[in-house]
Amino acid sequence: MMWTAVLVAAVGCYLLKLAGLSVPPRVLERPVVERVADLIPVALLSALVAVQVFTRGHELVVDARALGLLVAVVLLLLRAPFLVVVFGAALVAAVARLL
Amino acid sequence: MTDTPLPAPQRRAIIRDSLGVGVATGAYGVSFGAVSVAAGLTVAQTCALSLLVFTGASQFALVGVVAAGGAPISGALTALLLGTRNTLYGLRLAPLLAWRGVRRALAAHVLIDESTAMSVTRETRDAARLGFLVTGVSIFVLWNVATLAGAVAGNALGDPRKYGLDAAVGAAFLALLWPRLHRRRNQLVAVAAAAVALGIVPLAPAGVPVLAAAGVALVAGVLTKEQVR
Repeated sequence: MMWTAVLVAAVGCYLLKLAGLSVPPRVLERPVVERVADLIPVALLSALVAVQVFTRGHELVVDARALGLLVAVVLLLLRAPFLVVVFGAALVAAVARLL
Repeated sequence: MTDTPLPAPQRRAIIRDSLGVGVATGAYGVSFGAVSVAAGLTVAQTCALSLLVFTGASQFALVGVVAAGGAPISGALTALLLGTRNTLYGLRLAPLLAWRGVRRALAAHVLIDESTAMSVTRETRDAARLGFLVTGVSIFVLWNVATLAGAVAGNALGDPRKYGLDAAVGAAFLALLWPRLHRRRNQLVAVAAAAVALGIVPLAPAGVPVLAAAGVALVAGVLTKEQVR
């Protein structure tokens, strides 16, 4: 199952990249297509944040991960680099669980 | 656009800037490797994702959905939806890079956020190609080395929750989302998408809530009139 998913993602993502370089622009370059394509990453990434942080199975929960996310927000406001944000959030969540 | 050869100082500046972006971006492959094995993928699967999928947000999405208990194929679908933005980058870059045949097929693999950003603003074809290639190739090499390092280290650590790696996933998605949040419309879409996803979590199989949130982008894109840029 996992390998199938890996290969589907690999082939699909490559073809999506190649399509952009190969397809005549007029096929896809329409305002509505551009707007939707521009908003898809925003919607998906936001949903991924929410699901990663505030759910366990089918339940909505607030635990150490929420604290980690709060730390990530602060670090992003301080313009910290990506790795600092990611591991900073992990560190705080880990410490919170120890307490 | 002109095809005059690139002066040496300008060439050096593009190489330096592109390598800088390459090193900074490639390094966070460490976090992808660690997060991926924490989600339950093997080191081989993790490395295959970085080698073959090679577009960070899609890779994080796939392992994120799996980490939340979703079916791997829902993870792959989420990865594909996120990968659609590379198609738009390609449309912008195609006339600028103007590669054909094998070169185009190879270039497509390193067509990602950063290689686009480092080439789309250039004024000549030479400059665009140089920025694209140096950024894309340096990220590809470092991202894969870093992924392997992160995956091996993550495996050696054991229970990922003990190190807060489950919290790292959310932080990684937020950091990827952050630069897209400066516009009011995007903020509203982000809040609505999170609400839709959380609202569906109790009802739907894992993986589905995130895919459903893409519907928010569709509705917002069709209903608003604002230009992309």
